[in-house]
This record gives sequence, structure tokens and C-alpha cells, in this order.
Amino acid sequence: MDWRRKDLLEIRELSREEILLVLDTAESFKEVSKRDIKKVPTLRGKTIITLFFEPSTRTRTSFEIAAKRLSADTINISATTSSVVKGETLKDTALNLESMQPDVIVIRHSLAGAPHILSKILNSSVINAGDGSHEHPTQALLDLFTIREKKGKIENLKVVIVGDIAHSRVARSNIFCLKKFGNEVVCCGPPSMIPPYLDTLGVRVEYKLESALKDADVIMALRIQKERGGVSFIPSLKEYATFYGLKKEHISLAKDDVIIMHPGPMNRGVEITDEVADGPYSVILDQVENGVAVRMAILYLLLGREQ
Amino acid sequence: MKILIKNGRVIDPATNTDSQIDVLIEGSRISRLAKKINIKSHDKPIIIDAKDLVVCPGLIDIHCHLREPGYEYKETIRTGTFSAVKGGFTSVVCMANTDPVNDNKSVTEFIVRKAKEEGFCRVLPCGSVTKGLKGEELSEIGEMVTAGIVAISDDGKPVKNAAIMRRALEYIKAFSIPLISHCEEPDLSTGCVNEGIFSLLAGLEGNPPIAEELMVMRDITIARYVNSKIHITHVSTEGSVRIIREEKEKFDKVTCDTCPHYFMLTDESILSFDANFKVNPPLRTKKDVEAIKEALKEGVIDIIATDHAPHEMTSKDVEFAIASSGISGFETAFSLSLSLFHDGILDLKDLIKKMTINPAKLINVPYGVLSEGKVADLIVFDPYKEWVVNKDEFVSKGKNTPFHGWKLKGKNLITIVGGKLVYKDPDFILEK
Repeated sequence: MDWRRKDLLEIRELSREEILLVLDTAESFKEVSKRDIKKVPTLRGKTIITLFFEPSTRTRTSFEIAAKRLSADTINISATTSSVVKGETLKDTALNLESMQPDVIVIRHSLAGAPHILSKILNSSVINAGDGSHEHPTQALLDLFTIREKKGKIENLKVVIVGDIAHSRVARSNIFCLKKFGNEVVCCGPPSMIPPYLDTLGVRVEYKLESALKDADVIMALRIQKERGGVSFIPSLKEYATFYGLKKEHISLAKDDVIIMHPGPMNRGVEITDEVADGPYSVILDQVENGVAVRMAILYLLLGREQ
Repeated sequence: MKILIKNGRVIDPATNTDSQIDVLIEGSRISRLAKKINIKSHDKPIIIDAKDLVVCPGLIDIHCHLREPGYEYKETIRTGTFSAVKGGFTSVVCMANTDPVNDNKSVTEFIVRKAKEEGFCRVLPCGSVTKGLKGEELSEIGEMVTAGIVAISDDGKPVKNAAIMRRALEYIKAFSIPLISHCEEPDLSTGCVNEGIFSLLAGLEGNPPIAEELMVMRDITIARYVNSKIHITHVSTEGSVRIIREEKEKFDKVTCDTCPHYFMLTDESILSFDANFKVNPPLRTKKDVEAIKEALKEGVIDIIATDHAPHEMTSKDVEFAIASSGISGFETAFSLSLSLFHDGILDLKDLIKKMTINPAKLINVPYGVLSEGKVADLIVFDPYKEWVVNKDEFVSKGKNTPFHGWKLKGKNLITIVGGKLVYKDPDFILEK
């Protein structure tokens, strides 16, 4: 199949075929990063702007490296505050950038729907690199890529997502993505961090970590979203760590070949202990590595589509 | 000046009229109603042929925002009232959240004077409950009543302190005005959409329906305790309807309204992240919409208001969470409400009742009646005329509407305020 979308805004709207196309394309790009000369000329002459309104190390670097390995030119714009605070609307910022003829704008924003605003007004492709508590599509794609790599399949797995589901865009994108392939998704966290109606997405909700983890193939730990007020939903991080922190003894509840994932940044000692994060089941750094290949694939597909 | 409206179907719920009657207006009043009125041509009357059209009292909106003083870039009394008469409204109650807030008689007097000088329809100001809408101290309600307010409300900023609410409800009894309550428990309403499946999908923070329902229950309970007149504005949830239905059986001083968007739209529309769908309280679920329609039919909801809330596009064309709330509603409210008639939920008389005599009774004004000797505030409309909403044709400064491009059935054609023809649809020819 061909890729036809101008933008990558959310996982929810993607078909299984589109997701598989990204994964298969990423497969072929993964090897580029292992070469001596880590560069192919595929996107030479293309300009990619990363427009980050929220702090990010991993995602932005990953996009930049992905673009550079495809020979595109990259420009990074970090705005720690919303453009509105500076007196310029997001729309104006975007239109100004577009005047300089970029091919792709990668946006991260603290508010849901910001990439959608850009998508409507720009001719450039827009990639959502995380919008508020809404979605983080490339994270879900790289997670699925990692699962496929480690498990050899992406169906009929039991995936347990632990943490602040209510505020997590990673959780949303992963739920949408995993459910499309018929996986069993269990969300576990303090009830105050489980958004109402979560069950309508076809996921099972568990409040007790021990029962949630039983026979899990994949465990994803999430960070408490302090910047989205997450801390006020629980008595303390210490208490959270007691009941929902992923510890070594939990691993035995899951399947023998369980993998432990985390989208980063990790709060060690809160949602995950050192032993688990650095232990043999952890694929956390593989996720980061795969992120580059998946983002190369996205850039390639968006720019290579039939105009 | 004389105006003769011929051959129209006059519907006046206040006098229980629904028949073909000619209406003669002399000066500011309705002078005659009769089967057939002939008039000498040397009187030079304006003759309106209302064949196949409906003539009814001018609509009364008990909830709008005219934005003046302070936000003249969003709307002025002049543009707002022009928008109102285009939509069929002859009296509008404007909320107090101006800058400065309408919390003292000087501001009330300014609005009244400005409306007299520049307004196209009657402007009946609503004073604030508390100074600066802060929810702390009562506004000078009595002085504002003397200056012309017809109700009090801290619309948009619900009074959080129950003791202040109680005092306000007690205090207004001396002045026979109602308190119009925007019901949302503030601590539970920090979001921007309805809490439900779609807030979950969009990752937008939701306000649960109980935020509204708790306040509906609280305010009616207080009003009943102190025996004062409470009006719940823009009811949006099934639970609120249920509470009001039950409370009305125990207490006869409670009334309520809803707005067209609460029976025309659902929260599913937020998935577009288009802030034209952002209103306060938020759009609710399909089930709520059904409950609102049922309540309109049963009469639990007495009034349809517009909550006309014009905004400049810059405050709408931004990220959903930080966009302003509200819909520029005057020019679509009546046509949208007519869908209740077309869908068989209300007959024309019941619908008109909710937009004329019921609001008039709430705020105790002598309008909303079409009979001899009464003030000539009336409209002529075509219940079947089809048209397409085009925001660029709005005369309101606010072009913020989620209904742009919608095909609607039913349109106001003529608006007469105090015997003056203040609006005529450009396509309408007076005498055929």
C-alpha cells in the first residue's frame, strides 16, 4: 500500500495497514544507523523544523537524528512558553515558519489539538510529537516496533500499562495502537488516575498491580505527569511508589519472557526501581534506538507520498 | 407612522391566539387586531403582506452578552442589538461580565443610555450578584434595579460561596427580580469539554455533568429555603433536568432555560479540536441532548435563550483549552429552535411561548404579548424558508459559530420594535 496522509496527527485515525507500513519501512531504515557512515541521501534538500513548546530531550533528538540520517536539513525551535504568552498565536507562528518553505513541521505542545490547528492551515506535513494529554503517535509506533522485534508478533499479547493513564498521551496512543491489533490491554493505576470511560476503549482496568501483571507479555511503566498536575491526584510519590512502583518481585508474576518498557524520562524509585529499569527484561534503551528508525520511516513516508 | 400586517397567521401564546388576523400598528402600539383591516392610502402606511407567514410577539432573550463596555472589539450594543433584531429578538437581557462589570448603577445607566441611543431593540441589563463577579460581596443590587436591571447573575463565574448565594437570593426578594444562575461547581469545572468518551479520546480535560448538577441542586435548595425566585440558565445535562423536574413539584419559583446548542450539538464535535464548539457549560452527550428535548416538550424547560457570546476570531482560532467559550447565537438561535417544531417536539405555539411570554414573565416586563393596546414588538417569520448559515453574513461582530454552512429551515423576515420597522430580510418584499 501507499502512504497517502499529509500529516501524522494521531494513531486513532490510522489503519492497521498504515501502521504496518510504518513498521516495515522502519525495519529497512534500522540498518542505516549501524553503518559506518550513517547517512542516506533520501531526503536531501528537504527542510524539517522541530517546533517544541515543551521540554524534550529524547523525542527532539530522535527526530533530528532521523532527519539528518536521511540527509534532510533540520532546524530546532524551542519555545518553553506557549506562543500565546509571547503575544503571538500558534497559527501565526506556524504561518511564519511555513513562509520559509519547510517540508515538515514536527510539533510538540502542552495543549491537545495544537498539531491539528497546524494541519488545517499548513501545506507542509505536520507530525505530532506529543500534544498535551492527547496523543504521541510516534511513541506508540516505536513501542509497537520494539514489541514486534522482541516478541516476533504484535497480536494476542497481554500488555499492561501502569501509571497516570488520565494524563498520558503515551497511554492513549498505545491503547489505540495495541487494540487495533487485537491485544489484551490492561491499565493499572490509582483510580484517581484512571480516566472515566476508559473501559469503552476495550481495555481492562485493574487497581491492584499484582493482579494486573499476571501473565503479562509486556509491561509499560509511565511517569507521573507532574507538569499536568498529576501529583495532586495521589497522596504522595512515595505512596505511589509503594503501590504502583514496578519492583523486581513483580516480574515473576508476568510471563517468563516479559519485556519492560518505559517511554522516558524515568523517575527512578517512583514508577520503576533501578533493578527493573536496568534488569534483563528491560527494553527501554531499545525503544530509544528504535525511535530513530521509526521516525526515519515516518519522515520518508510523509515526504515520499504521491503528491 | 402606521404599519399594517395583512394576511398573516398570528400566533400569540399569551392570549392563546392562533388564527389569520391582520395587525395594525399605530405609533408604538398595536392599535387593532381584526380579520380584515382596510386602511386609507393617504395614511401612507407600511403594508406588509404576511401571507403564508407567521406573525408573533418579538422574541425575548434572557441571556446574551453585548460586551459593551470594555470588549467593544467583540461586540457593541449597536452591533449586538442589530444582530438580535435580525434574529427576531426585540428584547435582550445582557449579562454583567463587561469591563467594568455591571455591578453598580453607573454601569447600568451607561448600558441603558447607550442602548437608547444606538440600540435596535430593547436592552434589559442583568446586574452582577457580587462585586466584580468575585463571589465575595453583594453588588449594589437595589440601586441597579432603580437604574434598570431586570435580574442578577454572576454568569460565567458561578457563586461558589453558598452563604453569599443565600444572601443574594434573600436580598432580591425586596426587588422582585430573579437570580439567573450559571450552575457549575468551579473546582470540578477546570476543564474545557464534557467529561466523557470524547474528552477521553481527545485528551482534553473534562467537566463532569455532576459539576452542573451539584450547583443546580444547591441553588434550588437555597432558593426554596429562602423562598426566592431562581432561574437556572443553560441547562445542559440529563441530571439537571431530572433535578429541576422534581424540584418544580415542590417549589414554584424555579424556572430554567436551555440554548439551541444544547439540543443541536453533542460533545462528539470536540474531536475536531475546533474551538467554535467550545461553550460553557460544555456540549454534552447524545443522551443529554435527548433529555433536553424531552424536557422542552414536557415544559420542564420554560425558556430558550441564546447565550449569544460573540468573540473575535483570534480568541477562538487557538488551542482548544485556551480558546474563549461561546457561540455568536442571535442570528441562528430562532432557526435552530424551529427545528424542534419541524421535528415534532414542540408545536409552533409552545416554541414561541418559550421565547416570548415565558421569558417576559420571568423578568416581569410587559412584552411578549400581541394584543390591542400592547407595545408593538413583533416579528414576521417564515417557518419553512430554507437558508444556509454563513458566518460572513453575520451582522454581529462575533463570527464564532459552529453552525457555519448548516442548512436551516425557518427564518425571521421582519422585526418591529416599539412600532418601528427595525429589520427586514433583504429578500423580503413588503407588499406583494
